[in-house]
Amino acid sequence: MPKRGSQAIQGELLQGTLDLLILKTLALGPAHGHTVAHAIEHRSDEVLQVEHGSLYPALHRLEDRGWIASFWGTSENNRRARYYRLTPKGRKQLSEQTDRWDAIVHAINRILRPVTE
Amino acid sequence: MSLSRFFRRSRWDDERAREIEAHLAIEIDENIARGMAPNAARLAARRTFGNATRVREDIYQMNTVNVIDSLWRDLRHGVRVLANNRMFAAVAILSIALGIGANTAIFQLIDAVEFRTLPVRAPEELVEIQTTFNTWGHSEGDKPEATYAMWDRLRQDTEPFSAMLAWGTSRFDLSSSGESHFVNGLWVSGDFFNVLGVPPAAGRVFTARDDTPGCGAAAVVISHAFWQRQYAAAPSAIGQTLHLDGHPFEIVGVTPASFTGVQVGKAFDVAVPMCAQPMIVPSRSAMAERHFWWLDVFARLRPGWTIERVNAHLAAISPGFNEATTAPAFPAEVAKKYLASRLEVFPALTGVGYLRGRYTQPLWVLFAVAGFVLLIACANLANLMLARATAREREIAVRLALGASRGRIVRQLLAESVLVAAAGAAIGVLLAQSFSRFLVSLISTDTTQLFFNLPSDSRVLAFSTALAAATCLLFGLTPALRATRQDAAAAMKAGARGSTDTRERFGLRRVLVVVQVALSLVLIVGALLFVRTSRNLASAPTGFDTANVLVADFDVRSARVPRERQMAFRRALRERIAAIPGVASAVEAVVEPFGGNYWNDSIVVDGHARGSADENRVSRGFFKTLGTRIAAGRDFDDHDTIGSPAVAIVNQVFVQKFLDGGNGIGRTYHVLVAPGEADPTFEIVGIAADTKYDDVRKEPRPMAYYPATQDAIANVEPILSEEQVIVRAGVPLAQLTLAITAAAREVSPGLIVDYSTIDGDIRKSFVRERMMAIISGFFGALAALIAMIGLYGVMSYMVARRRNEIGIRMALGAGRRDVLGLILRDATKLLAIGLVVGAAASLAVAQTASALLFGLSPNDPATLAMAAAGLGAVALLASYLPARRASRLEPTIALREE
Repeated sequence: MPKRGSQAIQGELLQGTLDLLILKTLALGPAHGHTVAHAIEHRSDEVLQVEHGSLYPALHRLEDRGWIASFWGTSENNRRARYYRLTPKGRKQLSEQTDRWDAIVHAINRILRPVTE
Repeated sequence: MSLSRFFRRSRWDDERAREIEAHLAIEIDENIARGMAPNAARLAARRTFGNATRVREDIYQMNTVNVIDSLWRDLRHGVRVLANNRMFAAVAILSIALGIGANTAIFQLIDAVEFRTLPVRAPEELVEIQTTFNTWGHSEGDKPEATYAMWDRLRQDTEPFSAMLAWGTSRFDLSSSGESHFVNGLWVSGDFFNVLGVPPAAGRVFTARDDTPGCGAAAVVISHAFWQRQYAAAPSAIGQTLHLDGHPFEIVGVTPASFTGVQVGKAFDVAVPMCAQPMIVPSRSAMAERHFWWLDVFARLRPGWTIERVNAHLAAISPGFNEATTAPAFPAEVAKKYLASRLEVFPALTGVGYLRGRYTQPLWVLFAVAGFVLLIACANLANLMLARATAREREIAVRLALGASRGRIVRQLLAESVLVAAAGAAIGVLLAQSFSRFLVSLISTDTTQLFFNLPSDSRVLAFSTALAAATCLLFGLTPALRATRQDAAAAMKAGARGSTDTRERFGLRRVLVVVQVALSLVLIVGALLFVRTSRNLASAPTGFDTANVLVADFDVRSARVPRERQMAFRRALRERIAAIPGVASAVEAVVEPFGGNYWNDSIVVDGHARGSADENRVSRGFFKTLGTRIAAGRDFDDHDTIGSPAVAIVNQVFVQKFLDGGNGIGRTYHVLVAPGEADPTFEIVGIAADTKYDDVRKEPRPMAYYPATQDAIANVEPILSEEQVIVRAGVPLAQLTLAITAAAREVSPGLIVDYSTIDGDIRKSFVRERMMAIISGFFGALAALIAMIGLYGVMSYMVARRRNEIGIRMALGAGRRDVLGLILRDATKLLAIGLVVGAAASLAVAQTASALLFGLSPNDPATLAMAAAGLGAVALLASYLPARRASRLEPTIALREE
């Protein structure tokens, strides 16, 4: 069975940012999986192409941690769909993670584009 | 990860599937709305989504606790494997069940005898008070440690003791006429139940008010078991009247089912206040006579008082105590010893009694025996498992090559062992109940009904579980480890005979067989030793010829004969019985041999006390009736009346020990008497052959017999309540009992009679050895059987694996006989090693049980030889069959085997 070791580290980074994007998307209001996927694609101007499938493990993980909650509802075209919404704990996580993201980006930028004195 | 989600994984997965379906549906709709064809829309949606199955798997995996999951899988796999091999599974589970069942049962018994504390309040506070004085006087009951005078005085010592109680045992007759119906009685002080903290299950228990001196027919408290037996646990039993030895008592209460008294292994039926003793036994007042020993005193220690501190305290007060409680009936020498004696205390939290001393060692021996049987069963199973693991070598090698961790495979192989051990343990625990009840029944007799509370409590269950785990590891782990430690490439080669076939691998299996043979030999030697001991005891010469001898025990009180007419009444009874056709002779004796009663005195010869002799008073013809030879002199005859000089017949040991050998006839002696009592001079008129008195194992002691016609001599006091008539019968004993009962009825209508035989009583005295013989014999046979099966299995297996080699040998010219010899030599070598190891182990182990043997030494060579020969013969037979199969092989077929 192939080991998942190395891929996991990368996956960690990917997972982390995907989680952040999902939380942000849900901050604007409850949505189901399909909406979230499309929202991420559209709002990033199609730059971030997310494999729709990989959304669901992320959603599952977030729900496990209690940052989002789910409920079944009816979608726009009258189909039954599973909706997710942000919990208060998730809201707090969102702001914390956003701050962390900013810090990381800022740090990386300082290396890439050092401000010459 | 929540545990609830783990258990609902499949439901969760279903939801996921639906969610994904919904997602795809929405995407497809959008694609169609954008103008794609339905097929293209679906494909595009799928592509955008990615691998749906993989997504579901990932989520399923996230919900899985790997360890529990794989464990569950292993167990299910194990169940499947066992179900496919029903025969193996049945044999394995059965042998483990027997082993664990036996061990658990014996452990339960050991627990009940040694460790279980009394079901009373704060048992650790209880102590028993004993005296170092060797009691002189009259003793009754199971634990006669104190007299009433001692109890009365001890009660006042409240310094170390916060409370005290006293008890004694007795036997009461429930019936008022005809055949007796005896029950176990308990004399108790008024506070007995309160001090112990035993509440009533129904009605009430005694209080101090119930035990006032001079009380008449009083209240009685019955035990729960008795209540169920006699009254079917009816509440109306309270208030009913019970007759004890003819006296009416009112039932006032019932004790709880868990309380059976303070003796180990003995349960009481009725408890009576001590003050009622003078009424039931008017001839002797146990309360007035200071040399009547019948009580055992318990006390509760005050906080801060340790055993040592109490003993020091008692040592200090002993002199004054002894002065105040000494008996006027003590002869001078005895009184001196009494005044010098000391009181001491012993912990009583696990109850008291002789049972512990008698059965501790045998039970531990049986425990070891059961342990050995379990070991042998485990060795067998280990061999079997090794063989089966070998058969799956290729499969295991492939899995290892594919990346399975060794631990994972070991766990899977271990799962089977776990299942077998668990199933075996469960069945074993059930078996244990019946088996321990059977054990108790083996050591009970009709007069000593043993009783134990044997519940399956947590300690016992923990023991069984631990045992099951240990056996599982024993027979499961090694084969599992062995099977997974291999050279994968070699194992996978087609046609490989497997790495477990190399000389080295055979080694473990051979060792197991040797171990089995050795252990079996130890068990068989042990069983033979115990069986022979039991037979030796049964056939040991007692000095009597007891075939066709019946003992009729009459309760003279029930005849209500006034004291002055007692002697005439007894004589009439005896003559009436002697007149029954079929009665060869009927004699009277105060002490029935092996009857459990004792009568002894200190013998004084020429002014010096020479020692103690057992005594009896018998009528003429006693020796002939019992088949005891009179070596010299004469039997009692008409010359010996009340007026004539006191005579006695003594046995040969008496002459040797007290009269320094020589003739003995005509010599005289005295008996140590109480001051003020008559002190007759006894003249020896006859010497009887030595007989055993109460224990077949003990050497004959000095004995003196007195004639029944001289029983008015003061110190030679009759036990007035009983009359024992010993009858030599010419007809079957069962017939005779009817005739005697009828005859007794003629003499006195209300007379109660009880029958027994001396043979029966003798047999009761080695109940313990008989139990050892039966149990160890059974286990020895079982062990041999298991070892034989194991040996057969291993030999068959080895023969099967060596087929190629045998084929080559035969092709090269070896004949049938040669092949047979080859295999048998191999087997014999194993057998010989096993027997030698086993013999050495037997000699070592037998030493520890030497106290339980009789008539042979622990390293009795004949026994060892018998056992080895027997085991060797059966083992050779077990190996002969596979060997014969090997010799019958067709070379061509054998060679073709790859």
